[in-house]
Amino acid sequence: MQLSVQGIVRRFGPVAALGGVDLDVAEGEFLTILGPSGSGKTTLLKTIAGFEIPDEGTVLVGGEDVTLAPPRRRDVGMVFQNYALFPHMTVAQNIAFPLEMRRRPREEITRRVEEALRLVELQAFGQRLPRQLSGGQQQRVALARAVVFGPRLLLLDEPFGALDRKLRESLQLEVRRLQRNLRLTTIFITHDQEEALIMSDRIAVMDKGRIEQVGFPGDLYARPATRFVADFLGESNLLEGTAKGGGAELPGFGRVPLPSTQPDGPVTLLLRPEALRLGEEVEALPCRARGTVIDTVFLGLSAKLRLRLEGGPVVLARIPLRPSAPPPPAEGDSVTVGFSAEDVHVVPRT
Amino acid sequence: MRRSKQRSQQRSTGKLLLGIFAAAVFAFLLLPLLVVFPISFSSASYLQFPPPGYSLQWYQRYLDDPSWIEATIRSVQAATLCTVLAMGLGVPLSFFLVRSRLPGIRLLDRLTAAPIIVPTIIISIALYGVFSRLQLIGEWYGVAIAHTVLALPFVVILVSASLRSFDEAQEQAAAGLGASWPWIIWRVTLPQLRPSLVSAAFLSFISSFDELVLAMFLSGTSMTLPKKMFDNILMEIDPTIAAVSVLQILLVSVALGLTTLFGRGALTTTITR
Repeated sequence: MQLSVQGIVRRFGPVAALGGVDLDVAEGEFLTILGPSGSGKTTLLKTIAGFEIPDEGTVLVGGEDVTLAPPRRRDVGMVFQNYALFPHMTVAQNIAFPLEMRRRPREEITRRVEEALRLVELQAFGQRLPRQLSGGQQQRVALARAVVFGPRLLLLDEPFGALDRKLRESLQLEVRRLQRNLRLTTIFITHDQEEALIMSDRIAVMDKGRIEQVGFPGDLYARPATRFVADFLGESNLLEGTAKGGGAELPGFGRVPLPSTQPDGPVTLLLRPEALRLGEEVEALPCRARGTVIDTVFLGLSAKLRLRLEGGPVVLARIPLRPSAPPPPAEGDSVTVGFSAEDVHVVPRT
Repeated sequence: MRRSKQRSQQRSTGKLLLGIFAAAVFAFLLLPLLVVFPISFSSASYLQFPPPGYSLQWYQRYLDDPSWIEATIRSVQAATLCTVLAMGLGVPLSFFLVRSRLPGIRLLDRLTAAPIIVPTIIISIALYGVFSRLQLIGEWYGVAIAHTVLALPFVVILVSASLRSFDEAQEQAAAGLGASWPWIIWRVTLPQLRPSLVSAAFLSFISSFDELVLAMFLSGTSMTLPKKMFDNILMEIDPTIAAVSVLQILLVSVALGLTTLFGRGALTTTITR
């Protein structure tokens, strides 16, 4: 493991910002820590970087215990939320800084700074000051500065927060390409689930100072381990029902078959909006319900409908749109919705 | 069309009023100089304005009198030492006041302005008692130490203001990139505080160079320039004092020029050689 975080606890007064965090990241892996603000993800990143000393637990980088090592001894590159470029130094001087601190010879510094500038496609900007660059360019300088000294780990703290959507998307892909080319072990922090899904090899979802689940993006989406993950990642219908003898009674839908291993008692079922079908195909599905459209949002490739089912719950459905197809049902229309049993995921109760 | 014309008229009226106001303030500031300069070149042996004729005799008088020259050197020495001490004590103190999380630190921060609030004469009397026991009376460095007390608030106020607006993430970034604390302060923090450091040093120098009350109590027979000027006025009123003033103003202008030179554009100077 390139990074191994074991049993990290960090308290601020009575509040535990990190309540026992374990995390392993393999060499060359891109892992995203995803969580709402206040979930402790920044504190975790700072602990890895060495800006926070944990109350309990260990941090291993490349197998070496660095829990108490100062930041400068960790060989960890970090890109800050606001980039933290040195405004009084040129772009080239900024990038040269970590090399100078490592007392590399002059020629090596010049060569590696040039390489780094080429890597982020800013060859022509070496002599500019940071404030003479656009936000996206500054971001790339920060990235070049963080990787130029060949760190053992790259940490990215919500680096795209201040950028507009288009720039964000192109930088996301650029960072990903760079990370793959350099085979850099990378920890990326974001509260943006879409960004997490685009960029990551694996995602760790955090809430209230704990890691709720770590897994591949597809797995987290299809099989969330907790209610929080199911709710936080993507859109979801969480339906409460009662399991009995290999099935569950769901208000509105009636009986839904469940895996036979499911014990009797109350269950939470996750049904993604795209798993709900409308129209003719519904007739063939085992689980159906009738409902009324509350509102319809047109999203280009698809439409999002909120429906009130007969028997109570409001559910969200997302239906694909084709140019030739009839328009989606509108507000007030009566519809039948259905889903197939394999599209249901039972969210474990904690 | 008419509305936009009205608007631009409205704007230019405001600008004009502000311009007139600024001109008036400048006149208020600079008129004394317009009196001092001509008098220093006066041919008369008393203070008269406008002067009846012109000569350089009062500059000659200043340069020929060793007691004037000694007083000047003493004042420059004292002001230099005062600047070094005030910066050496004030800059680290500012870091402490801004960065410390101790309870009551804000109160302590306010307290650094005390030497400005307490009447100088009170400070003078207090220091006289202490300094006479330490045999610092009549020594130029004694005056310098006393002046440091007065200069410290300027340094702390200026430096901590700019330190407060400094983004601490930069220091974290530098630490993460491999820099140790002394390097971080030297290469990242201080260069960005440079304009305020230069202003603080300038103000320290001037506040000492120009200071009379403490010097009257503490300088004894080895007078500083302001004390010498004061005595000169008491004894014999002749235009030497005007000549000295002009020279003093020139020296301060040079210091001010250096301040602008080093204080501005500090951000673009090359750090990596």
